[in-house]
Amino acid sequence: MTPSPLVRIEDITLGFGRRQVLSNISFDVPAGRIVSIIGPNGAGKTSLLRTVCGNLAPFKGDIVLKGKKIATRTRSDLARQMAVVRQNQTPMPIKVQPYVLLGRLPFFKPFQFFESRKDLDLARHFMSVTGILDLADSAMDQISGGERQLAALARALTQEPEILVLDEPTAHLDITHQARILDLISGLRDHLGLTVLMVIHDLNLAAEYSDELVLLNKERGRIHAMGTPEEILTRENILAVYHTPVRVEKNPKSGRPCIFIDRAYACCNSL
Amino acid sequence: MKANAKSWGLFSLGLFVLLVFTAGLSLSVGSADIRLFDIPGIIAAGPGSAEYGILMGIRLPRTLLGIAMGGALSLAGTLLQGMFKNPLVEPYTLGISGGASLGICINILFKLYAVIGIIAYPLSGFAGASLVIFLVYGLNRSTRHIRSNRMLLTGVMISYVASSLVMLLMALAGTDDLQTIVLWIMGSLDEPDMTLIRMALMGSFAGLVLSYFFCFDLNALALGEEEAANLGINTARARKGIFFIASFLTGLSVSMAGVIMFVGLIVPHFMRLVTGPDHRILLIASYLGGGVFLLICDVIARTVIAPLELPAGVITGIIGGVVFIWAISRKKEDL
Repeated sequence: MTPSPLVRIEDITLGFGRRQVLSNISFDVPAGRIVSIIGPNGAGKTSLLRTVCGNLAPFKGDIVLKGKKIATRTRSDLARQMAVVRQNQTPMPIKVQPYVLLGRLPFFKPFQFFESRKDLDLARHFMSVTGILDLADSAMDQISGGERQLAALARALTQEPEILVLDEPTAHLDITHQARILDLISGLRDHLGLTVLMVIHDLNLAAEYSDELVLLNKERGRIHAMGTPEEILTRENILAVYHTPVRVEKNPKSGRPCIFIDRAYACCNSL
Repeated sequence: MKANAKSWGLFSLGLFVLLVFTAGLSLSVGSADIRLFDIPGIIAAGPGSAEYGILMGIRLPRTLLGIAMGGALSLAGTLLQGMFKNPLVEPYTLGISGGASLGICINILFKLYAVIGIIAYPLSGFAGASLVIFLVYGLNRSTRHIRSNRMLLTGVMISYVASSLVMLLMALAGTDDLQTIVLWIMGSLDEPDMTLIRMALMGSFAGLVLSYFFCFDLNALALGEEEAANLGINTARARKGIFFIASFLTGLSVSMAGVIMFVGLIVPHFMRLVTGPDHRILLIASYLGGGVFLLICDVIARTVIAPLELPAGVITGIIGGVVFIWAISRKKEDL
């Protein structure tokens, strides 16, 4: 039985000016799944994500969230169901707790001026879940990049979204923070049924944590393949899209595919 | 959140008390000494005495105008700095003051005031300011949202064009007109007409009330345009609203009191150092703080070389600049 799609990407064609980056992209994000978009630099992963969030208008096609096109939804209606964590959080002088509390903005009633007890409890809860509760009174520009990323995640979770959209949640993070963020996300998926759509660069992390992968092909501007990590991360697919020879093994513990760069092959080939 | 509401209330109340105190100071200081505690008695005694005339005819209008203009300018500065996320923006950056100055110059040179009376000054200033507002806005209306950096640049350019035109008119003007223009451009709170002052006070207060409809939008916009949109903010509408409120406040203040520099740049920064970046408190703090700052500067401008007086705009620049440099050099963090 396939779960019903929470988000449906329908025949999206997008680009900038006259340049078309992606064409005829269609796939579903089923409820309660982690779907990752992978592909080489410049393939349009982030642009696709921006379109899904309604930040970039596509040339053609629709994003349908729970049966309703997002173009016909108001921004605040959308924000009550979808939370977004962008790549690279700009350092700002705002303190962490007020920053996380901004996640409650879509839920403010007309003429509500202060956060309610519930808003504060939610913010504190997700700050402790992400492990940044002790940073509550630090300024965002005085904590590390990884901690900022965690704060942004806490803010997105405080939005209590049904779908979480993440752009490179682990970029520039050390292995501790990488594992912490992704373990947290998959834990939330298991316990709260959270749906996640993310762009992720690291193929091994994508394989380990995703239920489904969407592999974008830069040259053709289309989806090269999509399916489970085992189906997608094959030597042939990676050679076709990334032009890099790799060996694919199995992670002995989880059984997920694991990518190794095949230097021997590359060097013999180029000589 | 209880604690939040409490500190908000206490802080606003504290600033309000400070403003009332400064207003009292402004009423009592001047060439004729009126003691602060005598003021209620004088007012109660009613018209007739010389003190009553000075108080109600000269000092009260001036004090009220100071509150209205200081509040309007620094609120406009806070709104614009928040919207453009640029700490160097001030109400005059967008060329609104240039437009208003040009309007007033034309009024003085072509003696419009002789035709329609004293109201020609604020009227021509406001007309010039409105022209610039619609020019800056119209030139930057793209299909989906107002592009902010382009808007800033257009504003700066328009302001250069306007000030060059003012220079041109000044070069053509006779000596009498020249002095009127220069004095007006330097900015002063000397405006005895109570109707105009009532309008200014109401206008700037209306600006404060309206700006509160955008306080959450401003907080979210600090994260960036797309981040704000992802938090449910209609960013195009927010930018439009904030731009028009700030422009209205600036146009109002320039047409009433001339170009008073620095209030709209320094007070928002100073208040942000004190309150932090939350616009819920920052907006009212800027308004009240701007009133306090301008009143203090005006009192100094009236007293240092009494019985003559300096233009208030000169004092705001000197005092504001020095105090501000001192404040930021004490704070080690980035702004």
